[in-house]
Amino acid sequence: MNKVYNNRAWWLILPMLLLVAFSAVIPLMTVVNYSVQDVFDANTRFFTGTEWFKEMLNDPALQAAVLRQFAFSLTILAIEVPLGIGIALIMPKKGWQASVALILVTMPLLIPWNVVGSIWQIFTRGDIGLMGWSLRELGYGYNITSNPVDAWATIILMDVWHWTSLIALLCYSGLRSIPDAYYQAARIDRASKWAVFRYIQLPKLTNVLVIGVLLRFMHSFMIYAEPFVLTGGGPGSSTTFLSQSLTTMAIGQQDLGPSAAFSLIYFLIILLVTWVFYTAIMNMQKDNNKGA
Amino acid sequence: MAEITLKSLAHTYLENPKSPQDYAIRELNHVWQQGGAYALLGPSGCGKSTLLNIISGLLEPSSGEVLFDGEVVNDLPPEARNIAQVFQFPVIYDTMTVYDNLAFPLRNVKTPEARVHERVMEVADVLELTSQLKRKAKNLTADEKQKVSMGRGLVRDDVSAILFDEPLTVIDPQLKWTLRRKLKDIHQRFQITMVYVTHDQLEASTFADKIAVMYEGQVVQFGTPRELFETPNHTFVGYFIGSPGMNFLDVSARDGAVWAGDTALTVEQGVRDAIEKASSSNIKLGIRPEFIEVHTEPVEGGMSAQVDHAQDLGTYSIVYLTLGGISLKARIEEDQTTPTGTAWLRFPDERLGLYVDEYRVEVDHE
Amino acid sequence: MSLNLENIDRVVGGETHIADMNLTLEPGSFNVLLGRTLSGKTTLMRLMAGLDTPTRGRVLMNGQDVTGRSVRHRNVSMVYQQFINYPSLTVYDNIASPLKLAKVGRAEIDRRVRGIAEMLHIEHLLDRQPLELSGGQQQRTAMGRALVKDADVVLFDEPLVNLDYKLREEFREELRAVFSERNCIAVYATTEPAEALALGGNTAILHQGRLLQYGPTADVYHRPIDIRAAEMFSEPPINIVKGTLSGSEISFDNTLHFPVGNDLSTLEPGEYRFGIRASHISLTPRAKSDIEIHMIVDLAEISGSETFLHVHNEHFYMTVHLEGVHEFRVDSPVKLYFPAHKVYAFDHEGAVVHIPTHLRGI
Repeated sequence: MNKVYNNRAWWLILPMLLLVAFSAVIPLMTVVNYSVQDVFDANTRFFTGTEWFKEMLNDPALQAAVLRQFAFSLTILAIEVPLGIGIALIMPKKGWQASVALILVTMPLLIPWNVVGSIWQIFTRGDIGLMGWSLRELGYGYNITSNPVDAWATIILMDVWHWTSLIALLCYSGLRSIPDAYYQAARIDRASKWAVFRYIQLPKLTNVLVIGVLLRFMHSFMIYAEPFVLTGGGPGSSTTFLSQSLTTMAIGQQDLGPSAAFSLIYFLIILLVTWVFYTAIMNMQKDNNKGA
Repeated sequence: MAEITLKSLAHTYLENPKSPQDYAIRELNHVWQQGGAYALLGPSGCGKSTLLNIISGLLEPSSGEVLFDGEVVNDLPPEARNIAQVFQFPVIYDTMTVYDNLAFPLRNVKTPEARVHERVMEVADVLELTSQLKRKAKNLTADEKQKVSMGRGLVRDDVSAILFDEPLTVIDPQLKWTLRRKLKDIHQRFQITMVYVTHDQLEASTFADKIAVMYEGQVVQFGTPRELFETPNHTFVGYFIGSPGMNFLDVSARDGAVWAGDTALTVEQGVRDAIEKASSSNIKLGIRPEFIEVHTEPVEGGMSAQVDHAQDLGTYSIVYLTLGGISLKARIEEDQTTPTGTAWLRFPDERLGLYVDEYRVEVDHE
Repeated sequence: MSLNLENIDRVVGGETHIADMNLTLEPGSFNVLLGRTLSGKTTLMRLMAGLDTPTRGRVLMNGQDVTGRSVRHRNVSMVYQQFINYPSLTVYDNIASPLKLAKVGRAEIDRRVRGIAEMLHIEHLLDRQPLELSGGQQQRTAMGRALVKDADVVLFDEPLVNLDYKLREEFREELRAVFSERNCIAVYATTEPAEALALGGNTAILHQGRLLQYGPTADVYHRPIDIRAAEMFSEPPINIVKGTLSGSEISFDNTLHFPVGNDLSTLEPGEYRFGIRASHISLTPRAKSDIEIHMIVDLAEISGSETFLHVHNEHFYMTVHLEGVHEFRVDSPVKLYFPAHKVYAFDHEGAVVHIPTHLRGI
């Protein structure tokens, strides 16, 4: 065996290990630690086992928040994915128009979360907000502080405005990678616009869409700042999503044990859904590869 | 079924072309007859792909006309021209099965399913794809994919011509010749006009009955493979066809003899007359390495040349010679003796070509 | 400067890429590695360069063990299939880059860059950037970079694959000239037998990670040690036909009988595989002893000045390499002649047992 083994190379991964330890492992272990104990102060603590977890899973308010959260994430995905694809399709592919379109589409992505909330908070106000005022002038009693439907619609609209661009940009790059020959062949085969989309563009977009959907799902599942600024979770708890429930519990009520348990459940849900989705897509592609 | 006519066709990618060099295609007149197997041969950048895209309608020519069966089709989009095109890299619809791929062009125009089935089965049979019909097209090998893209052209009975744009580029060398044979088969069976674009002389000559050689945006010769080899019409054809290409000697007539540098050449009277009559001073004699007679002993009418070196290429050799200061290559067969030092060359009259301003000039043989 | 590979294996993830390789390359030699795709050419070159280390065996340079030494300390250079240059540097700076890294003086750099550029006919392009150039010119630039630093070993990994055949012809001629004046070891990988012949020097035939044969190119071509070597080093592949030798007669598949010449008569009677080079078959008899065979045309492939004729009968396929342009219709009958005195014979294990003696150079 003449292969060179240089074990000093192991030292090179040390900085990365340290970084991961500080950024992920230590905070996570703290949370695990809290989730199985009842902590009163630095010296007084009791081991509680799975008690907090049971309590959290049986809490009706949290169950409602989980359902609300899923409803929200699925709704925005159902809107943003087709809309994003649509925008990517109509975006110009060449010349200065392409640059302008890219900048315009990118803009919402550059705005910080809480600022988005503030912008929409003002935008929807009945007295000075353009949208709120217009709707009222048109005779619709629009009020996000009292009408849950209005609040929901507005938050979804806000999210769509903020994040459709991400899907659009991903799809745009996917579309750009399709060689011209495909479009030329399709023209020669006399394919309709729809057929071109269905059989050339969409298949080429699958990969970027998987990434887009995963990102948007995880992202939206953790949504916090925007609804917090816009509606504060109301009216009632109609727009209180998971992360806000958690914050209220942990910071507002100082229930560290339950909120730690809840954090872990939250984390596991995201992990699980992501994993299921990813595996499903990968399996789909594997079947394709096997062919006949 | 169609005859394709190109009338004073020109194309430029620039907005304000100034010189002829700015044109990808210059003043091109050409006819592809119905049912022929043609090749468009030329080096990269000679304008051949541009021409192909103009014929299929993917590109609009800057000037001139494209006619199908005598009708101008300049304004028709590709989908209305009844043309099929096979691209360099196989274009297949990934998510569809082979069957659906082949059926696609028919279903796009709402052909009844029974008719679709009949055509697909027929074409699959010809292309030997029948056993693959149920497979997803994206799992096929490159040559199978290329057959599928060819098949999409063949299923349509309204297709008047199939254009091939270097279709064998991505095919494994060992499989190339079976596909070439398949192409010939298909042509003989379907009698469709086929135009095959390539930079490879083997592909062109194997496929086509007649080859158009393109050089700097123009067709410099349109002829059978044999004509291109034996009587190249332009010095470029002589150089480009054959490995190694044709030898060219700059010559002039002086004192009743034909001179290459400081050496008087032994050539027939007709060549001498033609050189004397020529209005240009750009005069060359061309002879292929295969046709130079190389002797190791002095022979009658033999011109003595210096042997630089010989290269053994297995069953034949190429001998590098200098005659009148000009380098020549000659091919020597295995059973022939390879000369050293000095060799005596003869140029057979019927194999010698005279080129004035790069184009071949006919010579009177006595 | 010599290069020795001793008992080299290279195994990656349980898959053997190179097996039991022993090869000695002499100083100043030009060596062709000939083999199909995946025969181990690139792997072998990477081992020579020091980009990879062998799983077993030693690499010696000038008798010194360099097995574990990395490419940066080996003074080798490499030219790839793809035209690899620094896109933002001019041709001049591209060629100069290895010298700048080696801290060569500016005047010396200038002298050498211009010398190499002239040799490769790109002296007028020195101020241009690679992407403005044609494929051939880009590859010349890459070669310039490989040649400028006087490397001990220069490796070419199918450098002409992406060029037109006319450019390939020119390059081959020039390459030999370039290396005849240098004392480095050149190693040139190719899949094409014709390219190996055109380049000359020595040829090593690789097949499935093993060395089949190594020696002077013409010798390897004319005297293959077995069927595989003969097949690898012939394009179109040498025709192999099963036959029986009995007393004074050879018969192919019991259908085609012909008398044995003197040279084959020393063979024991029995079953053999006979090899006939595609270019030894002709349309007209060249000698009295030529054997006439009747075949059906599958396809005539015409390559400008040559014709490759694929033919068959009920028993075997053959490929014929004819000089000049000959047009045949598919499925038409053809009468062919092959010289009985130019036939190779291989035993049942594929080893060569007879090499024709009427060939040039032997």
